[in-house]
Amino acid sequence: MDFKGESAKNMVNKKASQRKGRGVKAWLARVFGRIPLIGWLMGSLGAVLIEYFLGDALSYYLGLPKIPVLFGSSIILKKPALIPGALAYLLLVYALPVSLIAKSMTRPANRLARLLASRPVSLATLIHLGLFYLILHLWAEISDYRLLVLKLTMIAVMLTLSINVINGYMGEFSCSHPGFMALGAYGASITTLLLCVDDKLMGPALLPAAAGPWLFPLALIVGGIVASLGALVIAIPSFRTRGDYLAIISLAFLFIVKSLIENLEFAGGPRGMSGQPDYAGLPTVFIVMVLCVWTINNFVRSTMGKALCAVRDNELAAEAMTVNTRKTKIVTFMFAAFWAGVAGGLFAHVLRYVNPGSFGVQRLAEILAMLYFGGLNSVTGSIVGAVSFNLLSEALRPLELYKWIIIPLLFILVMLYRPTGLIAFTEFKPRELMRPKE
Amino acid sequence: MALLRVDNMTHYFGGLRAVHNYNLVLEPGHITGLIGPNGAGKTTVFNLITGIHTPTEGNVEIEGHNLIGHRPHEIASMGIGRTFQNLLLWRHMNVVEHVKMACYSQLEYGLLDAFFGTRRCRREEKRITAKAMHLLETFNVADYSSRLISNLPYGAQRRVEMARAMATNPKVLLLDEPTAGMTPDELNRMIDIIRKIHRDFEVAILMIEHRLKFVMELCEKIQTLVFGEVIAEGTPTEIQNNPEVIEAYLGKEDVT
Repeated sequence: MDFKGESAKNMVNKKASQRKGRGVKAWLARVFGRIPLIGWLMGSLGAVLIEYFLGDALSYYLGLPKIPVLFGSSIILKKPALIPGALAYLLLVYALPVSLIAKSMTRPANRLARLLASRPVSLATLIHLGLFYLILHLWAEISDYRLLVLKLTMIAVMLTLSINVINGYMGEFSCSHPGFMALGAYGASITTLLLCVDDKLMGPALLPAAAGPWLFPLALIVGGIVASLGALVIAIPSFRTRGDYLAIISLAFLFIVKSLIENLEFAGGPRGMSGQPDYAGLPTVFIVMVLCVWTINNFVRSTMGKALCAVRDNELAAEAMTVNTRKTKIVTFMFAAFWAGVAGGLFAHVLRYVNPGSFGVQRLAEILAMLYFGGLNSVTGSIVGAVSFNLLSEALRPLELYKWIIIPLLFILVMLYRPTGLIAFTEFKPRELMRPKE
Repeated sequence: MALLRVDNMTHYFGGLRAVHNYNLVLEPGHITGLIGPNGAGKTTVFNLITGIHTPTEGNVEIEGHNLIGHRPHEIASMGIGRTFQNLLLWRHMNVVEHVKMACYSQLEYGLLDAFFGTRRCRREEKRITAKAMHLLETFNVADYSSRLISNLPYGAQRRVEMARAMATNPKVLLLDEPTAGMTPDELNRMIDIIRKIHRDFEVAILMIEHRLKFVMELCEKIQTLVFGEVIAEGTPTEIQNNPEVIEAYLGKEDVT
């Protein structure tokens, strides 16, 4: 796999085009280049506040039936007559407020960013995340559909990031992510159904209802641990040698897990389990996702995590340089599986229903698509891949069958022009992201 | 006591006898050269010492500790550093990361520290970064520290690989053809570098080398390996005049 030349070339190209500075791009850079991240967050907050308070009225005057849920995609694709209204809505609610507020706040935002840069990075991160959460929360208040899309997108981010650790950083090819997800989903669901609620499958709750929400993190951890034990079962035989073994064994594992849960009568068999308590609210999912991104990013940036890249690029040299390659591979595999399991647990509690059918090859294809679309070896890439794939797939839903022509075509284009994905081989540095730009 | 001691090491690849009855005693601070025609088994000797292959028979000891049966990374952290003939570098990593990676076994933080980015993890990362930068300066490649390894000129890659080997804190350094593919100019620089390593880090060196000039200049003792067997061992002058060595390299002279 020849990634290096390509990504280096891309970087050079990008730099060259930045230097030349002409056209729309240069104009954009001149006008908006100095706005720090916190400025953009303020702008977005303004936009979602406008939508929250004025959205209904505005959509009424623009002749729209209701607030466009997903950036007007379904209106644009289904009712061409309403396109001008939808576009005007997008302009008035999103584009103009965000750009105007961000632009006019450039100086105070930079001052704030400078102030935060002199404080510990954790404080700045918390403030940015808090603001970001507020934006998401207000945006999701508009409709339940948005809330669901948002939660599933966050879960997809966790899945993509955790498979990136295996397929990107470690350079193996694992196909068992839906299996880990299933183990996590069932592990967490059984825990909560057993302990926290009365239901048909598991009988009455063993603990008082008030303890439930506090136990939810524990249930997620149980799911994660079950998944990482599953990973250990795969890792022991398949990491003795390199090559395609892992791909084959992990694919087999996926099928074994699926037929196992199909045959577990106490867990509902092929009908699945329902009635999971409603613990996975937006804040919970957001916090768990942030934890996932944070730990994975810490890990891949540490020397212990970089050992993965050393193992991938040349295992012999890694061993000769004192790296315990077997331990590195097994532990990392289990770590990635843990987060996949946690994501599965969240998935079960967001939908409040799981069945074996949701953890098949289809899901695997989805996860791999998000991974390779976003970019290998890059936390940013995984986030971008998962978010864009999910939003795209929701936005194009009105096209029905044609959606599955357009999305693959997009993928082919990405693979042609950026064979390693949109944003590959970069480090995600929160400090860089939040720095002042003046 | 000898630093590195190899006794009667024999290795078979299936039916092929690659190394036969190889013996080595490397005293602290000594430089020994290993020469021989292509395919004589020199690199196999290195791979046997570093644990990549396990010898069929025989014994390898460092400071009295037996190395047989240990995994390569354990042997490396016991004090045997090495470089490779064809530069085994990690192409997606930058220069300073290469050297930091070789400090892996010296890291004093656990996985949980790495996951949560604890203070201990940050402190250790800082420590090994400083160590790595110091090594890069020693080898005159500090300017490249944040460049991707594949964008470096060949000679600089060689020096990074040496800096990486030195970061494992070796007591014995195994150099596999350190001058392969080098110009005469770079060759002289490499002689200085090896002298410097030898003096500053007080390591014993075992090196495979084809260029006799290089070996003659640096080594106190030379072994000649032919078809897996040591046919001659001695000081550079002894080896140079040894008829068997000449025969192995140049073929037999017909006496008329």
